[in-house]
Amino acid sequence: MSLPTVVSRPTLAVWKFASCDGCQLSLLDCEDELLAVVGAVQIAHFTELSRAVQEGPFDVSLVEGSITTADDIERIRAIRQASSLLVTIGACATSGGIQALRNYADVGEYTATVYAHPEYISTLAKSTPISEHVPVDFELRGCPIDRHQLLEVITACLTGRRPVIPGHSVCQECKGRGTVCVLVAHGTPCLGPVTRAGCGALCPAVDRGCYGCFGPADTANTSSLARQLITVGTSRADVSRLFRTFNAGSPAFREESLTYDSPETGR
Amino acid sequence: MLSHMDLSASLIVDRAGLDGLLGALAARGYRTIGPVVRDGAVVQRQVSSTGDLPQGWHDEQAPGHYRLHHDDDSSLFAWAVGPESPKSEFYPARSLVWRTSSTGDVVTLEQPQQESAPAALIGSRPCELAAMRVLDRVFAGGEIPDPCYRDRREGSFVVVAECGTPAATCFCTSMGTGPGVEDGYDLALTELTSPDGPRYLVRVGSARGAEVIAEMGGSPAQPADFASRDAVLENAARRIERKLDAGNVRQLLASNLEHPRWDDVASRCLACGNCTLVCPTCFCGAVSDTTTVDGAVERHRRWDTCFDLAHSLVHTGPVRATTWSRYRQWLTHKLSTWHDQFGTSGCVGCGRCIAWCPVGIDITVEVAAIAASDGAVPVHIESGGDRS
Ligand code: SF4
Ligand code: SF4
Ligand code: SF4
Repeated sequence: MSLPTVVSRPTLAVWKFASCDGCQLSLLDCEDELLAVVGAVQIAHFTELSRAVQEGPFDVSLVEGSITTADDIERIRAIRQASSLLVTIGACATSGGIQALRNYADVGEYTATVYAHPEYISTLAKSTPISEHVPVDFELRGCPIDRHQLLEVITACLTGRRPVIPGHSVCQECKGRGTVCVLVAHGTPCLGPVTRAGCGALCPAVDRGCYGCFGPADTANTSSLARQLITVGTSRADVSRLFRTFNAGSPAFREESLTYDSPETGR
Repeated sequence: MLSHMDLSASLIVDRAGLDGLLGALAARGYRTIGPVVRDGAVVQRQVSSTGDLPQGWHDEQAPGHYRLHHDDDSSLFAWAVGPESPKSEFYPARSLVWRTSSTGDVVTLEQPQQESAPAALIGSRPCELAAMRVLDRVFAGGEIPDPCYRDRREGSFVVVAECGTPAATCFCTSMGTGPGVEDGYDLALTELTSPDGPRYLVRVGSARGAEVIAEMGGSPAQPADFASRDAVLENAARRIERKLDAGNVRQLLASNLEHPRWDDVASRCLACGNCTLVCPTCFCGAVSDTTTVDGAVERHRRWDTCFDLAHSLVHTGPVRATTWSRYRQWLTHKLSTWHDQFGTSGCVGCGRCIAWCPVGIDITVEVAAIAASDGAVPVHIESGGDRS
């Protein structure tokens, strides 16, 4: 992934779909490097930063959020058309986010339960990643994304090189920082072996199992891990819930969650 | 060279003698790195006195399982290896190889120097000493030594602690690497029990060791102390039940590259890489170049694993796309082609890959399963499926 032609001070746009804004705020969170980034790009559209917005086309678009309405589909197509590079950021944009819990249920029932006037709600049956609707040049995972990884993607775009964003397991980061494995040494359920690295193995370092925020790793043998979680005493319901959080919509996690959501069947 | 049987050079010390040793090493400018209990495991950290060591801590290990428990005994070394090994001291998990900076048209390349003081490893186990020898061959045995490894390893001091309490995952007796050790250390300790608490037989393995032992106090070791050591080691060896047929395994794996057991293990393996990361001899690294927003370029090296899809990535895709091929790569390299490449086995029988595999895959069981139906399997015919 790189800019087709090397552009000096390329234009950067940041877009939001169904999301919490946490990922785009990671850009503002790059306090030490923010000025250098702002010096290297022209921020053309970033409404969390400024009301002043420019028209496209844009050299790089960062897209946060999932597609949940018919209007979203139209908007993402227009953004794709106006962008040389389109990078999706965060679990919502790359797998549908926590709101993909609706994909396991009847969204009509949800709206009827939550809203006094569900007839005013116009929404799609499923929450889907951006890549289901338009071609995506690079997906940056995480709930939220890691700001160092975001900087790496931006600097890679600027230099015209591939971003160094590994697809391996959280375990590699965990062992690299010298954390004692919470699954082996404490029997704590941990999704690290099937989850993509990027957070720096934050949760095991504070004695928690990995929650799978970065979605499935390149090779995610979820069925073997799920069997082991049962072996260490995790209930079927908890195994199902573990795979059904921020990346509930990613196929590997979804399949495992469904396998364990009924009592005593499967695997 | 001093003989390990040089009785006059060997001492019996109590715990105060070990504190004297730590003090003498610190006074010589070493960082003293030893075993401590953190987060439910014995790991390696800087230690300043025997009060930091795992007194009364004991481990229970099994495939995919590790637990510590505490007794009120005053042993300091009655545990078997934990997840860390000397590898992380000499080959850091992540290191900067070089960085550039530029002023105007001039680009300068800077290589970081080894800044921290040399390490004195306290309580390394005989299998870990064997692993250091393997890594020495890999990193420093060729024509172009690895500077990062060499700089850290060269000045180091090693105090080995022989094993009295191996874990159920240990199989050093199969690999000829423990539970005792005769050379390759500066000083060797054997923890001996006595009514007044543990005493330590200290043997000298180098001139530097001889200098330091002079500051430990204690009294000359007697033949009875050596007999106690023999008893400790014999007892330890008897307790080790796990076996690997080291004489046969090289050929066994080489002639069973299409054995169905590889499919079986691939269904269980998570390709998480924990086995290779805890292995004291696995040395693979990934090197990557990155740029910073202000235009500098950095080259980093980090631990890599053959279980990572990207490890075998070439321009058309990964060479080993399946877990089947990656597990086979790990086991065949470790136990078979390592001999071709480095003249030894890559395995020292420490059992870490067994205990710290989240799903408890056990290399001794996998090898035995292949041996049980050795050659009974016809050569696999490519069927169009991904067997890469
Ligand atoms: S704690 Fe979790 S992420 Fe860390 S090594 Fe264990 S299984 Fe992997
Ligand atoms: S292969 Fe396993 S038992 Fe052998 S040295 Fe490596 S971690 Fe230890
Ligand atoms: S053998 Fe175990 S530790 Fe090694 S990659 Fe497979 S699951 Fe992970």
